[in-house]
Amino acid sequence: MSAAVLAAPVSRQARRGPGGASARAGWLFILPNLVGFLAFTLVPLVSGIGISFTDWNVVSGLDGIRFVGLDNFAALIRDTGFWQAVGRTVLYAGVGVPLTMTGGLIIALCLNGPVFGRSALRVIFFVPHIVSSIAIGFVWLLLLHPSSGLVNLALQAIGVADPPTWLVSQDWSLVSLILITSWAGMGFHAVIFLSALQALPEDLYEAAELDGAGRWRQFTTITWPSLMPTTTFLAIMSMIGHSQGFGLIAFLTQGGPGNSSTTLSYLMYQNGFQYYRFGYAAAIGMMSFVGVLLLSAFFWRFQRGRGLYS
Amino acid sequence: MTTVAVRQVRQVSRSRRPSARAGYVVKSVLLWAFAMLFLLPFLWMLSSSLKRNLDVLAIPVRWIPSPAEWQNYVEVWTGGAVTMAVFFANSLTVSLIGVVGDLTTSAMAGYAFARLTFRGRDKVFLLYVATAIVPMQLLLIPRFMFFQQLGLYNTLWALILPGIFTVFGTFLVRQAFLAVPAELGEAARIDGAGEWRVFSRVYLPQIRSTLAALAIISFVGSWNDYEGPLIMLSNQNLYTVPLGLTRFVDADGGLSAGLAMAGSVSSVIPILIVFLVFQRQFVAALASSGLK
Repeated sequence: MSAAVLAAPVSRQARRGPGGASARAGWLFILPNLVGFLAFTLVPLVSGIGISFTDWNVVSGLDGIRFVGLDNFAALIRDTGFWQAVGRTVLYAGVGVPLTMTGGLIIALCLNGPVFGRSALRVIFFVPHIVSSIAIGFVWLLLLHPSSGLVNLALQAIGVADPPTWLVSQDWSLVSLILITSWAGMGFHAVIFLSALQALPEDLYEAAELDGAGRWRQFTTITWPSLMPTTTFLAIMSMIGHSQGFGLIAFLTQGGPGNSSTTLSYLMYQNGFQYYRFGYAAAIGMMSFVGVLLLSAFFWRFQRGRGLYS
Repeated sequence: MTTVAVRQVRQVSRSRRPSARAGYVVKSVLLWAFAMLFLLPFLWMLSSSLKRNLDVLAIPVRWIPSPAEWQNYVEVWTGGAVTMAVFFANSLTVSLIGVVGDLTTSAMAGYAFARLTFRGRDKVFLLYVATAIVPMQLLLIPRFMFFQQLGLYNTLWALILPGIFTVFGTFLVRQAFLAVPAELGEAARIDGAGEWRVFSRVYLPQIRSTLAALAIISFVGSWNDYEGPLIMLSNQNLYTVPLGLTRFVDADGGLSAGLAMAGSVSSVIPILIVFLVFQRQFVAALASSGLK
């Protein structure tokens, strides 16, 4: 590909664009990244899509790989385990995303005004976001210990006689993961919201105040609509993050107890790297990707025309 | 900063001074109380890292362990079949080569996409954009297959290589270069500077803070990655820190709590140092990435 480009007519190479650089310079600058991009992103992506139409597994091996058309997808649609995982993923993201975003927004609104120890607070809220899911997992594994974890001791101290057993309970494992994920992500959302808030023009608020708008009214008529693009961006990012959530689930519950916390991303990992059913796993990945893509497109259309500056 | 000052003045002028101060105090207290939910788990982690395994979950909770069990750190760093020192060396190798490689290829490509004009540029960029929202997980199966074919499975290269060429880095740098005026390069070219010189001497210094931010994001991302190493590595001597930490859980799910906490604290320290030193650029870049 690059060879063809470099062999392009001399006149084209010598011709300079508005930037003043030659075509060859442009391609040479892009080349290192482009080679890696093709090898580690584009080709794997295309193959990943291709694999989802094959029955490739550990028994067949790479030589026995066979095109099976839509068989994997047909099997998925009949697989109740798949639909349960879809449901859990929808719950995980459907509760987790709004929870993380609301928490992040409230923190950002508080940090956007005068408050004691602002920069220290910003660091404290943000740090969980940059700590590995294993370190976070260890802490919460111990804090949520059913009988002697700090959380249940605290709950018992305030009168909850029979607190949940969290990660080892079929009913609470997914809830625990939602809470931990939101806890870890809130500070990131707060920082993004905060920078959007600080970019809002002050005179809008002054005008609103002159018109007699109160605090709440200022929020609903100015702040919230202005934040719409940021909110959409975060919603999409967070949704993608939840749909791919892996570290905490793999480390804390391995999708269990039973299948109670097996989301789509974990189901894909199980099929791919525990059962070595690569074709089936790739099909799960495709379904998840298409779902996220449709939801993102929906969010994007929904916010268009609703923002203050759009 | 001025925004805050203006708002403060506005609040004071609206309400009587004492009630504004009361609001400030109430808000500060509530926010700090909420912040404890985020701070305490880490303080607890630190405290537990200095306790014997059996004492970590002992009731009542002792926040200040006495005597402090420094032995945990000695054990984590020197004990076991493979020590934390090995995991750290592996993680540092992967993260540092990854950061340098990512910065180099992203800076060059981002520059070309933003400030050089050539045939096919926009088509290639569209290809980059199209893959930006693809879940990384979908790429793991084909990558696993390729790396096995190439003999790179179970080597650190399987982690390093994908980290060197990132779409995210290219986007971030391109965005930063778009904000640098194009006239800057033209002046240098008229003075006879070659393309590489224009890039490295004129443009690159302009986006120093973006490069710092990319370095941090890239470092944190690969330092904390768990799924990649889990899939690509089976040899314990190659484990990175997150994977290495899991050895404190035995096959039955039993946990050496004190050791796990000492390992976790150790794993957080490099990230925390990097973050606290470069906090400003980090937050600024996070805020601008993808938002505009």
